[in-house]
Amino acid sequence: MRNIIEVAKVIRSKNSGPYELTFDIMFKTHEDFKMFKDKKIINKEMFAELYKIPVEDILGIIWFEPAHAVKITIKRPMSSGALGETDIYGAQQHAPLFNIKF
Amino acid sequence: MSGNNEFRVLSPTAILGYGFPDASFKRGVEKKPHLIAVDAGSTDPGPYYLGAGKSFTDRAFVKQDLSRMVVAGVKNKIPVVVGTAGGSGGTEHFKWCYEILKEIAAENKLSFKVGTISSVVSKDTVKKALKDGKIAPLTYVPELTEQDIDDATEIVAQIGVATMQEALKAGCDVVLAGRAYDPACFAALPIMKGFDPGLALHMGKILECAAIAATPGSGADCAMGTLTKDSFILEALSDDRVFTTESAAAHTLYEKSDPYHLPGPGGEIDLTACSFKDIGNGRVEVKGSKFVPAKKYTVKLEGAKLIGYRTISIAGTKDPIMISKIDKVLEQVKQRVNLISNDPYLADGLIFHVYGKNGVMGALEPVKEITSHELCVVIEAVAPTQDKANSLCSLARSTMLHYGYEGRVSTAGNLAFPFSPSDITVGKVFEFAVYHIMEIDSEKSIFNYKIETFKDGELV
Repeated sequence: MRNIIEVAKVIRSKNSGPYELTFDIMFKTHEDFKMFKDKKIINKEMFAELYKIPVEDILGIIWFEPAHAVKITIKRPMSSGALGETDIYGAQQHAPLFNIKF
Repeated sequence: MSGNNEFRVLSPTAILGYGFPDASFKRGVEKKPHLIAVDAGSTDPGPYYLGAGKSFTDRAFVKQDLSRMVVAGVKNKIPVVVGTAGGSGGTEHFKWCYEILKEIAAENKLSFKVGTISSVVSKDTVKKALKDGKIAPLTYVPELTEQDIDDATEIVAQIGVATMQEALKAGCDVVLAGRAYDPACFAALPIMKGFDPGLALHMGKILECAAIAATPGSGADCAMGTLTKDSFILEALSDDRVFTTESAAAHTLYEKSDPYHLPGPGGEIDLTACSFKDIGNGRVEVKGSKFVPAKKYTVKLEGAKLIGYRTISIAGTKDPIMISKIDKVLEQVKQRVNLISNDPYLADGLIFHVYGKNGVMGALEPVKEITSHELCVVIEAVAPTQDKANSLCSLARSTMLHYGYEGRVSTAGNLAFPFSPSDITVGKVFEFAVYHIMEIDSEKSIFNYKIETFKDGELV
């Protein structure tokens, strides 16, 4: 098994507006991007399991070839800045993605 | 295309007040741009700034950035367009930014015409639209209610290209807009001159973050975009960075849920046929971006409401016994606070942020086991008045400091405080209350512009 860190050059999270959280994984090469896409290594069930969230909270997974990237967007646990907030910008929610093995 | 076959836009900085190097800006101005534009705002720093009428950027740096832009623009007869004045574009934000502009005009004895566009929409207008079924929530946003409209401190709508174009057509040298659709400041003038709206808006979408889309990215450095008939070219303005096909394409993903379809006022940018090409010298050419007008013209509304007042206290613990039962200790502290307080409901506003456990991810944290040898606990108290928040925080802090949890060995105190005073009064707390789209006939029905003239630095 290999770790995603070997093939990804960017792994990040950020708000997409105050009600959504979006994750980007950009691959180093077109080949790795294509392999991940073709084998659907990143999919809703796998992501839901990684973050322990219901599959319904995943808005979508979009593969974006021009940047060799995959984008996963989910429902924010609360609107940005609401009571109980831990990460206003949503910029530090990405670390569980480092556990992706393939 | 008014005799010009290209249109150059200089974007000095990602957000007014983030700064930019003089050398990059000078290099940009030497390329004789047709427009200098900047977007000054974002909802990213959270609901406080919109609700409280405060800027999230520093006044001195905003003045420094704006001054360099306006002085260069007026001197070289290059229009300057600023969107989302004061960070959120509300009444107070706009006034704040306009005051800065007045100081700049006076200090430099500048003569120019400024077009000001307010983005504040009256609550009556929004209520009527709600009744007429012309308001829809964005994804994951609850349906709007009359109560939300009443609760919002004020409501701003995102200005698109149309009103900015009106102001520019009327001969304004500087346009200062309230809450604006980020790309609009960059795209209004070139679209008015006949350039393709899809390309102009996509270029604006990238330039609004200045050199963030270059590599290595920076929000505090300049970038230039050149529109042609069927493409646009991106270039960095310092030797420290370049644009690559990947950096430009990757930026399209940033803070967006779908990189192929970017919705905005009146329609969306469709990037399904978009291509990025390296044309050498750190430049990237982008083709194929299209603007698809929507069937109904909509604008995005934003509003925040006051939910209380906050006081916090920061402390640490490295007692292994306490760390091993931290969840239970916090739950019991909460119960004690409830018991002692005369306002039992207040404990609803008592939150413990535990760093070293799940302080960063909260409910999303998949790691349940604590492996840290020390924890930071931020006690957060939110209550209907500042006095009550202070009382709640004080009570929670003293209770936790001395709480005799089961198995305790260290009986002198459970917390290490780095500061005296230990409690910090934070002030008003806001939440987003409005984040919806509203259908309008045209921008004219909610926005208008005003022209004012400065002569030798004085308003005339």
